[in-house]
Amino acid sequence: MRDVAVVAFAQTDHMAEDSGLSEVELLAPVIHEIKERTGLQRFGFTCSGSCDYLAGAPFSFVSALDAVGAWPPISESHVEMDAAWALYEAWVRLQHGDVDTALVYGFGKSSQGDLRQIMTLQLDPYYLAPLGPDQVSLAALQAQAYLRRSGAKEDDLRAVATRSRAAGRANPRVPDLPEPAADDPYEIAPLRTYDIAPITDGAAAIVLAAGERARELCDRPAWIRGIDHRADAHALGARDLSRAESARLAGERAGATAATSAAAAAGIEVAELHAQFSHEELMLREALELGDDVTVNPSGGALAANPVMATGLIRIGEAAARVFDGTARRALAHAASGPCLQQNLVCVLEGAVDG
Amino acid sequence: MGNPCAVIGVGQTRYRTKRLDVSIAGLVREAALRALEDAGLTFADIDAVVIGKAPDLFEGVMMPEAYLADALGARGKPVMRVHTAGSVGGSTGVVAASLINAGVHDRVLVVAWEKQSESNATWALTTHPPYNASLVVGAGGYFAPHIRAYIRRSGAPDHIGTLVAVKDRQNALKNPYAHLRIPGISREMVESTPMLWEPIRYLETCPSSDGACAMVLASETAARRAPNPPAWVHGAAMRSEPIFFAGRDTVNPRAGRDCAADVYGQAGITEPRGQLDCAEVYVPFSWYEPMWLENLGFCGEGAGWKLTEAGATALDGDIPWNPSGGVLSSNPIGASGLIRFAEAALQVRGLAGEHQVDGARRALGHAYGGGAQFFAMWIVGSAKP
Repeated sequence: MRDVAVVAFAQTDHMAEDSGLSEVELLAPVIHEIKERTGLQRFGFTCSGSCDYLAGAPFSFVSALDAVGAWPPISESHVEMDAAWALYEAWVRLQHGDVDTALVYGFGKSSQGDLRQIMTLQLDPYYLAPLGPDQVSLAALQAQAYLRRSGAKEDDLRAVATRSRAAGRANPRVPDLPEPAADDPYEIAPLRTYDIAPITDGAAAIVLAAGERARELCDRPAWIRGIDHRADAHALGARDLSRAESARLAGERAGATAATSAAAAAGIEVAELHAQFSHEELMLREALELGDDVTVNPSGGALAANPVMATGLIRIGEAAARVFDGTARRALAHAASGPCLQQNLVCVLEGAVDG
Repeated sequence: MGNPCAVIGVGQTRYRTKRLDVSIAGLVREAALRALEDAGLTFADIDAVVIGKAPDLFEGVMMPEAYLADALGARGKPVMRVHTAGSVGGSTGVVAASLINAGVHDRVLVVAWEKQSESNATWALTTHPPYNASLVVGAGGYFAPHIRAYIRRSGAPDHIGTLVAVKDRQNALKNPYAHLRIPGISREMVESTPMLWEPIRYLETCPSSDGACAMVLASETAARRAPNPPAWVHGAAMRSEPIFFAGRDTVNPRAGRDCAADVYGQAGITEPRGQLDCAEVYVPFSWYEPMWLENLGFCGEGAGWKLTEAGATALDGDIPWNPSGGVLSSNPIGASGLIRFAEAALQVRGLAGEHQVDGARRALGHAYGGGAQFFAMWIVGSAKP
């Protein structure tokens, strides 16, 4: 495979309330910033991720092109998925060898609707959606299944939330959330308010570059050493809800776990996990074999800020940022899609091997 | 372009107004199983699945690829969902081919679909987003002014659109999958139908269809084991431009011209009318045939309607366009682009049946979408590039 690296990452100050900005207005400054930072005005390929249901209208990605400046016309595509999958598509495109740079972006304004209810619409439209289970209820089912199997306690969930929110308060990009209290009410047991990612608006962009181009554009590129994504069954009854099986598979394929690469697994220092609920972090740590020595979600993760459709891409950006600044030599990033961690993407990033 | 990519399986559903006998999952599975049968494979042989469809609001299922993973045998596999408006079927094909070109996978299942009977596309396309003025009612309302601009610019006579409407429906009579099969279709019949959006009459528009189209794409190694002849991808490209800005040529969009130049460059084509044997081009309103003839370089600007009028694009013409009957005869929106790509592949595989263009060796598949701003194209050939 051709060596491809994350060479730049930009994101909005994610907002807990509707700021009155449209999606394209959220995105435009981020695109401007990343173009300025890389000095690139044109890219070999462009790919984005967004979801029409957040705006309640078709073609969110069409107006987003206004922020990109797609003139003269650009080679471009879009996934109706978290933009981490747009990054995957761009990484694939860079493997062809004829282009060297790619712009990837994602954006979401979930403050415009009732996200919990909207997510119900991604369920099987004949057998599941008509029952009306919302996203948090399904997550609570999974949390129960996980706690029962693993023996983890609600205190363990609160510890995840406490750490995430503290990290979030240290991250100027995300809104401040208070320290969780043990008597905070249940949203849906066993999940309490703090176990659930907040409603957040925001956008993010990443530039990928291949080979020499990456070295020109960045002092310390975050090289993609492995990237893979896998889907699990959609039907919740068809899988063991207490395990993130497709995350385990994706991790294995990306060379993040001992099954395929003991060295890589041993060397992961930082992991950014797309966990929208506290128990998801614990499940993902297990599936990806991340020990206690791995720093998880130093950015605060999705529990601190969750600009839907950009959240997964931001995990890759935050992991890359740890490589850029030398905090980590090897970092793992994870993104999820679908109900109860149905789809998972794992990306292993690394600074130059010989330093 | 990287590693060679071949089409080794094609599957289509019959396109109908309503497929009440199947769910969405049943519909996509039907096409997928036919493509697998053509390729001599089962779901177990597939490395990854790429799904495409037009806006989720059409059926009211958000990100339906999550739900479709089960029906498409995708458990434990990578699943991607492409959405680039009306061009999405084409883009989905390009993204799937990209996985093979990149050397990431050996066998990729690509599926695109729409089940318009579970929705109302015109309603879903008539939007009132909070920060923008709503300018259109459905796709016809949007494209009719561009067609009027073309007629004024080119001096084309009024009946050109009618000729395309008749020609594509005559072709559809030879395609068992086609939705609109109208025996005795004639100019008089088209001209007797109501005017919807001047100058587009009822029979000059595409139908609303339920349907799915699937293909199995393969690496060279995997293609060698395929039971039926492959179609090789000689070039694939996408281009996008913004929808509104002063001076944008919406009649002959630059993104279309650039995309064609890219794909011709990859395939070594300098004179498309002479070097291609047929083309499956996204023509949802009859007048888009002459418009795209010019945009795609099959003739000079202003001359597209003359090719149509002279019968050059008919099944027995020198460059048949839409031998399958095209989008004018079948339009499951999200699948319509992939059907163009698949029909182009069937032609060069010699498997197009009654609408086969004799000796077709190289063919163009084309799709466009949004405000004629998104383009996806590929060229397939019977010979390995």
